[in-house]
Amino acid sequence: MMKDPLKPILSVQNLNVSYGEQQALKNVTVNIPEKRITAIIGPSGCGKSTLLKSMNRLIDLTEGVKYSGKIFYHDTDIFDAKTDVTYIRKKMGLLAQKPCPLPMSIYDNVAYGPRIHGQENKKELDQIVERCLRSASLWDEVKDRLKAPASKLSLGQQQRLCLARALAVDPEILLCDEPTSALDPISAQSVEELLHELRKDYTVVIVTHILRQAMRLADYVVFLYLGELIEYGPVEKILKNPENATTQAYIKGIFS
Amino acid sequence: MNRRLNDLFASRLMLGVTIFACLIVFLITLVLFQKAGLILTTDSLSELISSAWNPWNRQFGFYPFIVGTIWVTGLAMILSIPVSLLCAIYLAEYASNKVRVILKPLIDLLAGIPSVIYGIWGVLVVVPFVRDYLAPLAGATTTGYSILAGGIVLAIMVFPIIISVSEEVLRTVSFEIREASFALGATRWQTVKHAVIQKSFPGLVAAIILGFSRAFGETMAVLMVVGNVARVPSTIFDSGYTLPALIANSYGEMMSIPLYDSALMLAALILLLVVFIFNITARLIMTKIVKRS
Amino acid sequence: MLVSTFIVLGGLLAVITMVLVRGVPALSISMLTQTPKGGYYLGKEGGILNAITGSLYLAAGATGLALVISLPVALYLEEYIGKSRFADFARLMLDISWGIPSIVYGVFGFTIMLYIGLKSSLLGGIITVALFEIPIMVRVMDEVLKMVPSDLKEASYALGSTRFETVFKVMVRQALPGILTAILLAFGRGIGDAASVLFTAGYTDYIPTSLFDPAATLPLAVLFQLGTPFPEVQTRAYASAAILMIIVLSLSIISRMLARKFAKHIVA
Repeated sequence: MMKDPLKPILSVQNLNVSYGEQQALKNVTVNIPEKRITAIIGPSGCGKSTLLKSMNRLIDLTEGVKYSGKIFYHDTDIFDAKTDVTYIRKKMGLLAQKPCPLPMSIYDNVAYGPRIHGQENKKELDQIVERCLRSASLWDEVKDRLKAPASKLSLGQQQRLCLARALAVDPEILLCDEPTSALDPISAQSVEELLHELRKDYTVVIVTHILRQAMRLADYVVFLYLGELIEYGPVEKILKNPENATTQAYIKGIFS
Repeated sequence: MNRRLNDLFASRLMLGVTIFACLIVFLITLVLFQKAGLILTTDSLSELISSAWNPWNRQFGFYPFIVGTIWVTGLAMILSIPVSLLCAIYLAEYASNKVRVILKPLIDLLAGIPSVIYGIWGVLVVVPFVRDYLAPLAGATTTGYSILAGGIVLAIMVFPIIISVSEEVLRTVSFEIREASFALGATRWQTVKHAVIQKSFPGLVAAIILGFSRAFGETMAVLMVVGNVARVPSTIFDSGYTLPALIANSYGEMMSIPLYDSALMLAALILLLVVFIFNITARLIMTKIVKRS
Repeated sequence: MLVSTFIVLGGLLAVITMVLVRGVPALSISMLTQTPKGGYYLGKEGGILNAITGSLYLAAGATGLALVISLPVALYLEEYIGKSRFADFARLMLDISWGIPSIVYGVFGFTIMLYIGLKSSLLGGIITVALFEIPIMVRVMDEVLKMVPSDLKEASYALGSTRFETVFKVMVRQALPGILTAILLAFGRGIGDAASVLFTAGYTDYIPTSLFDPAATLPLAVLFQLGTPFPEVQTRAYASAAILMIIVLSLSIISRMLARKFAKHIVA
């Protein structure tokens, strides 16, 4: 475990998650630094997605899930019963693996988040929609057909729409679960460029099984193996010069 | 905070409505039981099972109706089961996707046709058919309004339910079993007969039970063609009377003769219980199958 | 095998064509636009407007009432209590309710009406038919809601929606075509059923003007007209049956077309 000089925005402490009989995460303790891109890597089934989805308590939706431990977001434990889950989720945007537009028009997809959190003013919504679509590099392609169904967009466009939608609720953290694995290389590249741009204003946590992607994007890397945190630190160190033998083996490509 | 309250309020309300929806069955049973209670306490079981049905003389023997209902339903099942099952097998195993996509909606259409329409069709087509063709063939004379007519009409009404449930059941038999059978060189029919049907047998039974249940409770169409004569039928060419038809027909007189309404409630209760038992059995079989697959 | 399929289809065709063949020629404008005048049942003037409007009012009211109850129930089953034992129990109860013959609903409705002092009326019919339609609607909606992809729901929750918002703003939209199909299906069943309205809605030659007026219905119109000894009136029964048939068939076709049209927003 590294001591990092940067302020952590999320502090995971002793997190244990199990689905029924299977334990997905064992005693994970890790800090996510603010306004950086942190990549969570590891072989399939090591618990990467579970860790990510614990951060916005999306694991609550799975049947039979049990968890213990704490995750501190700005001094609040998000697992505390008094915490407002919808507020936490608002502060953390999710970009899922498979692009998942809501069954509405392009405009309504982006406006959905602000609307449910209370924004009714049409002018402001228009501004928010434009701003987010621009941030997602989608504005020029869709500005003439904002009312068209979102399902008609190409996969790459849909993923960027999902990004715009996530940005519209004004999050501090972006959680990305293998966001490019369902996309073609060109779309994948544009999404990566977007994430790189966004780190100026947002903290990004990205789960990926593509080591090169981690190398390109990440500032920090978290390596999970079989539900345990093996090693974590700056990207240069973990990917070029890891301390732990398991990490070394993974990087060399034995496990992936 | 407002949204949280909204959410909580909504979920409590929805819970209430769901509980209400679940309780409908119990409510109906209770009400019927309460009303039927009167006649259950005043008449003994043997009186109720007798063949004498004379409400004016306080005689409420349900035997003719029970027998009539069983005959009509049984006949309908005998006519319907082979046709429905074969059709379901055709749809599930032999028909191409294109054909299936056209046929299934058509069969569903059959399910949506109101029972009075079947009844009218029965009166226009089936009754004369029975009177003029089938009865002479068997050497009997009849007005045509008979158990047979009821059975034929009911059989057609019951097709869609047996077909759709059976077809679903057949489709769930896993692809591997079919593959394995074909790989051994079996013909399509052999595969169907030995592999698919064996596996789906309980489901097919469930489909038949559901069909029986539907036929048992059918009122209008049967009422229009079965003759409505309260005696125990001796052949299928005789007129008969079913429990549902009894209830429907007696509506007008129900309130004027003492105990009549209680007797009819008892008839309705019997209907409810029979259908209840059959449906639960069929559902239990189906859940066991779903769990297995 | 093919033979049996042809038997089934043949049966379908026979029923539909026979009713249309006998009924449509007997149709006339006056049948559709007039209520029965004096002596109608003896073969004189009038039409069955009373039954047409009565049926439409009744089915619309009943389906509306059933919708208000069924949609929340189906949503609750799917999203709030998912795989619990309560959900299994609820589904079993609803399946049983689905199998209850409509005459039992009719008898039940009648008994309750007696108990609360309600006479045979449009309202009585609406409540009874609604009870009859609820299991049908919930079952179809349940099937449709099951097919809403879980990542769609996740996406909604991830944006910070409450369960209520996810259910009513996202799931209902996604399942809209299926929900419409459920509504039309239930409407079709409700309008065609005679046994449930026999005791509860009454019958009248007039168009109902209030919920407490008795209402004539098409299935009963067919039944009563068929029962008369006058051939002219019997022909009218066929015409009434044809009208009912056309309504039910068109509903079926419309519901399929609507389902396809509304599928445009759906996420595959």
